[in-house]
Amino acid sequence: MDWLTRIEELSYLGAAALFILGLKKLGSPATARQGNRLAALGMLIAIVVTLLDRQIASYTGILAAIGLGSVIGAIAAYKVEMTAMPQMVGLLNGLGGGASALVSIGEFCRIVAVGEPLTPSTLVTIILGVLIGGITLSGSLVAFGKLQGLISGTPIIFPMQQAVNLGLLVAFGIASGLVWLDPSQLPIFWGLVAIATSLGVLFVLPIGGADMPVVISLLNSLSGLAASAAGFIVSNSMLIIAGALVGASGLILTQIMCKAMNRSLANVLFSGFGRATTGNAEVTAHATAKSVHTIDPEESAMMLGYAKSVVIVPGYGMAVAQAQHSVKELADQLERLGVDVKYAIHPVAGRMPGHMNVLLAEANVPYPQLKDIEEINPEFENVDVALVIGANDVVNPAARTNPSSPVYGMPILDVDRARHTIVIKRSLNPGFAGIDNELFYKDKTLMLFGNAKEVLNQLITEVKHL
Amino acid sequence: MTDPILVGLIIFVLASFVGFEVIHKVPPTLHTPLMSGSNAISGIAVIGALLLAGSGHTTLTVVLGLMATVLATINVVGGFLVTDRMLQMFKR
Repeated sequence: MDWLTRIEELSYLGAAALFILGLKKLGSPATARQGNRLAALGMLIAIVVTLLDRQIASYTGILAAIGLGSVIGAIAAYKVEMTAMPQMVGLLNGLGGGASALVSIGEFCRIVAVGEPLTPSTLVTIILGVLIGGITLSGSLVAFGKLQGLISGTPIIFPMQQAVNLGLLVAFGIASGLVWLDPSQLPIFWGLVAIATSLGVLFVLPIGGADMPVVISLLNSLSGLAASAAGFIVSNSMLIIAGALVGASGLILTQIMCKAMNRSLANVLFSGFGRATTGNAEVTAHATAKSVHTIDPEESAMMLGYAKSVVIVPGYGMAVAQAQHSVKELADQLERLGVDVKYAIHPVAGRMPGHMNVLLAEANVPYPQLKDIEEINPEFENVDVALVIGANDVVNPAARTNPSSPVYGMPILDVDRARHTIVIKRSLNPGFAGIDNELFYKDKTLMLFGNAKEVLNQLITEVKHL
Repeated sequence: MTDPILVGLIIFVLASFVGFEVIHKVPPTLHTPLMSGSNAISGIAVIGALLLAGSGHTTLTVVLGLMATVLATINVVGGFLVTDRMLQMFKR
């Protein structure tokens, strides 16, 4: 090992250390920004060191590719709306996975072209890289389409879905065997690529909008594992380490999201959650017979303004209406009147982990005011008004009381234990999961119908007059 | 211990444990930035892409390498910048 290679290896080690340090600092709001910068510095070091590598024959194309990618990445990062963050992260996951898949494919083509012997372990890692990377790319693109509204957010289910998936997996196994027997048959290898990408599409299509936090986390994890696989292929420990870190991080988030919905990962992936089951339909029919209490903005403003404590519970509806700034303004007006305002954030509110927190941070809500479920639930009994804005399944008391409900067992925000609950909602339509919400029919619950942003602006005007 | 795959496997398992330990305690408030930041790190595949594109063996491998470079760079640059943009909004 000559000195140049040694410097290269040591620089990779330094970059890996910066990644770990950066991720550690991402664990606290005070140091998170610095942590992200440390990780970026690590990445810069790794890229520069690689560019100095003498294996690189020509720089023109490479520098052009880096320039193009940087410009697209920077424009996207600065233009994207905070409400569109789930799509953005979904798309970036896919690009990372796609890059790893391309590296795996390219290495295979290179080995075949130069006639290097293909060891079993190299072939296995290449096939894994193609499989994981391909699934990550196409799965993320479908998730992006769903979040962006290009594809219906409801679960897309067709007959024999599981059988088709199984068949594709078997075909993938057989094709892998054929590639092992004769690697020079490139069409079979391309068949592997096609099967992997089809699997990604089929795996995300049947998953509905409200399960997106789980899917995005899982794809995040997969994008890391794909990078690790690429690392095995090109024998680069830096890629293996970074990929493993991301894989672990995504897996932790996936676990947290599943736990917050009281469902197993397998259940999220394969159940086609949200299709009306018979038991479900009965609940709905039963519930529509009941009546709700409505309230107008003027009366709501009085309740809020004269309350001692108010807890705001935001959900996906707030994101859709882009109402985060109005929420903050209402909170400011209430605080002016001496009301104690807090926010209760359910882990799966919105379409990705931490979605609500980012939107409220954008509206300048100080993060210590954001309470998680364990912190806020014991306090609801002493809360005068719980104000639910566009949240549904995460506040459904059926999760505690009704064993036949699909959400039964899911930890919820106990807004029904507050003295009064005001729910801002466009209509009585059930949420994504197609489950009727018992909360709306309780005596203490007052429904304030309308678009979240418009209703909030009316509330702000009314509160100002108090 | 000369088998590179075995060495790689050891590194992979140990790094995964480090990842679990380090990220375990991230508060829910930071879940989105954690995800986009770690996502940018997974753009490390850019290293493999550069080596592939630079090796210049056949037109096909160079083209694949360059495509991978573009995708991974979007992932890296977009990921770190958007994370930074989000994190600057988190105020006490």
